[in-house]
Amino acid sequence: MTGKTKENYNSNYLNYVKTQIPPTRHFKNCLSAFGVGGLICCIGQFIRFMLEYIGLSGDELAGTTSVVLIFLGCLLTGLGVYDRIGRYAGAGSIVPITGFANSVTSPAIEFKTEGWIYGMAAKMFTVAGAIVVFGVISGVIVGLIYYFI
Amino acid sequence: MGQEILMIALAYLKAFAVGGSICLIAQIIINFTDLTAGKILVYFMLAGVALTAIGVYQPLVDFAGAGATVPISGFGYLLANGAMKGAEKGFFYAVTGSLSAASAGVTAAVVFAFIMSLIFKSRTKRN
Repeated sequence: MTGKTKENYNSNYLNYVKTQIPPTRHFKNCLSAFGVGGLICCIGQFIRFMLEYIGLSGDELAGTTSVVLIFLGCLLTGLGVYDRIGRYAGAGSIVPITGFANSVTSPAIEFKTEGWIYGMAAKMFTVAGAIVVFGVISGVIVGLIYYFI
Repeated sequence: MGQEILMIALAYLKAFAVGGSICLIAQIIINFTDLTAGKILVYFMLAGVALTAIGVYQPLVDFAGAGATVPISGFGYLLANGAMKGAEKGFFYAVTGSLSAASAGVTAAVVFAFIMSLIFKSRTKRN
């Protein structure tokens, strides 16, 4: 069983790990992701209706809806509730915009102890930085394509 | 009156079904590939940009409302839509349009995250 080369050790170890990890429960995972994700979108729709009722429309309506959802995501992350939802819901809590808020707030709170500039402010963009970078690049590409066509 | 209630119920149902399905696709990808949360967010955002650019995402937004705009692909939709609208106005707006459309979301995330980091302390993760 025990191999002499490093690769052999690694593959033996990985095989051992595979026997120990609990099996992924695909159906249950998918069901809770669908349910929680759908529910968050329903909350978004509710906020949308409420804002429409007080007279917003168009881009303003869409923007304000995401701002309210991001606020809720940040607040729940601060209170420590969102991590619990995340453990249960998986992608259902990652993919909605509240998951984006969570990915900004969570490191900001966690790395506060390392100082305000290199801790809180710099670590705030560990995940969101990637989204902003690729978002801006792809947005510029789309803009240029539409401008020149 | 009854018809109005039916329309509202239908809007919630569509938002739930479409939004849930987008999360379901993400969960299936996570189950089979071990991608981390950050990568999933980036890929779904890029998918939103690409689908908007080829004109597939706009009908989905018209159909499902918040079901299509609340997932992170809706953020990509916002970026691409801003760029496409800007491209009609001129070169400058074609380049800056995407980020100015998404500025509300980015500003909100930064400001609220800052406020929360002032209020809350990092807590040990309880089970």
